[in-house]
Amino acid sequence: MDKLIWAFIIGGLICVIGQLLLDGLKLTPAHTTVTLVVVGAILGGLGLYDPLVKFAGAGASVPISSFGNSLVKGALDEYAAVGPIGVLTGIFQITSGGISSAIIFGFLGALIFKPKG
Amino acid sequence: MSSKKKKKLTPAQQEYQKFAQEREPKRPILFNCVKAFFVGGFICMLGQILQMFFVTYFHFSQEAAANPATAVLIIVTVLLTGIGVFDHIAQFAGAGTVIPITGFANTIASAAIEHRSEGYVLGVGGNMFKLAGPVIVYGVFSSFVVALVIISLRALGVM
Amino acid sequence: MLKGHQTWVFESKPAIIGSAAIGGPFEAKGNLAADFDLLHGDIWLGQDSFEKAEQKLQEQACETAIKKANMKKEDVQFLFSGDLINQIRPSSFSARTLSVPYFGLYGACSTSMEGLSLASLVVDSQFAQNALVCVSSHNAASEKQFRYPTEYGSQKPPTAQWTVTGAGAALVSSKGDGPRVTAATIGRVIDMGLTDPFNMGSAMAPAAVDTIEAHFRDLGRDPGYYDVITTGDLGRVGHRIAGDLLQKHGLDIPEEIFTDCGVLIYKQDQPIVMAGGSGCGCCAVTTFGHFLNRMRKGELRRILVIATGALLSPMSFQQKESIPCIAHAVSIEI
Repeated sequence: MDKLIWAFIIGGLICVIGQLLLDGLKLTPAHTTVTLVVVGAILGGLGLYDPLVKFAGAGASVPISSFGNSLVKGALDEYAAVGPIGVLTGIFQITSGGISSAIIFGFLGALIFKPKG
Repeated sequence: MSSKKKKKLTPAQQEYQKFAQEREPKRPILFNCVKAFFVGGFICMLGQILQMFFVTYFHFSQEAAANPATAVLIIVTVLLTGIGVFDHIAQFAGAGTVIPITGFANTIASAAIEHRSEGYVLGVGGNMFKLAGPVIVYGVFSSFVVALVIISLRALGVM
Repeated sequence: MLKGHQTWVFESKPAIIGSAAIGGPFEAKGNLAADFDLLHGDIWLGQDSFEKAEQKLQEQACETAIKKANMKKEDVQFLFSGDLINQIRPSSFSARTLSVPYFGLYGACSTSMEGLSLASLVVDSQFAQNALVCVSSHNAASEKQFRYPTEYGSQKPPTAQWTVTGAGAALVSSKGDGPRVTAATIGRVIDMGLTDPFNMGSAMAPAAVDTIEAHFRDLGRDPGYYDVITTGDLGRVGHRIAGDLLQKHGLDIPEEIFTDCGVLIYKQDQPIVMAGGSGCGCCAVTTFGHFLNRMRKGELRRILVIATGALLSPMSFQQKESIPCIAHAVSIEI
């Protein structure tokens, strides 16, 4: 129960940060998501994003910032396992599922649906 | 950055822009933030419920459960995008749908569906990452830089 | 004949002997639905792409206008048409179907009056007996090209406008009766440094004001000469700014006669249309449908239509360019 409430609150707050970037700084959605991904990567590298995930669960892992965190973690984990080349080979380790799903289901969507306008 | 732009404007242009700004409807920032909070929070809560479902019934570990939960959210987004409903939800929710993984999935699905008319290879395949590209490029590149920085700091004994 | 610096006066007063307005579902739910010759229930028109659908809109508008003038397309010497799509493809492909000698125009949303000016010029100068002008826009095709895929979930701000899905056509002739084109003021490109593609109204208002002032200056007229002065698609935001700007410059246009096609075409409470209609089709369908109908019924005697266009491209925005705009004014009297 607790987990659900914190997922809601933290997820909501990260979205509010996004909304402030969109409306306050008038950034495009692309610029906004890029900003959050980079911030997620930086916090992930500093080891600050994982505690947030432990605390808020999906509230931290569903927003796009977690994508940045996962990319860094993948790189660092693989570096620890196989050395420097791991920085390149490990980046997509954790996020592979998300990206593959988006491509596969996006393509299936294009097979099935027509744009509604 | 905006003041640099303003310096390139003539006085007449600057005066007009001020004149126009006074007469434009302002974006309802506060109301938009409230809507983003509730919709974004709800989507994340949905993600949490999905994770708990996969842990309980499919015996995923806490960490690993995020993957199928993400996949479900992506599938739901593709469906809502395809039936033409997602853009209406997004007009209401703003960042509430852009920031969660639903935003990423929607950029891919909407671009893929839109460019069907140009064929499946060049149209769908060639345009799918039109809007998602920046997130992937900057995500990967920043992670690469951050990883190098962290590794160096650790090697120097700073971290 | 040239009057003043940038205004043509058409001595022979060519008549618009036939006109047509074709629209889509949003226009069907709007204020001016009764003035359309044909309204479609969806934006596909039975085609398999938005661009082909827009071509169909133009073909239907041209054929309807020619039919209503009791003419055949063989009687038309020249076609002036344009739209918003890359390489003005709907216009060119529609011209292929019509097989009329063709001038392709690009003036963004000002193309309707650019076309009407040129069509009237060739007829008045006796270089043609009948000249057809046709202009269109298609909501989904424009969004796909200029902004985002139509199913993309971005939040449009209150200054955004809704591109009209529609085509308007008018057949200008040296013989016959109808509302007559009496003068046209050609606009110059005005750029006040605005950069937001979701706020065209603010960008285009100065161009409209510049052309309106030139028109009254060149002809030595008063705004009171006209029963209606309407801009093409400034929308609620741009219309207000233009009105205030004109007042600031000392040109007082009474509220009752000053309006905007983008404001008129949709109902105030229609969802998603935000600040109002836009697109080449907006001015075209409203002028060639609604306003010409009112003139034929005797409700209006003299109108001034100022079509406004934003001359940006998707790439110019990415290259951090501002939005240059233009406006062309045409006076129609009966």
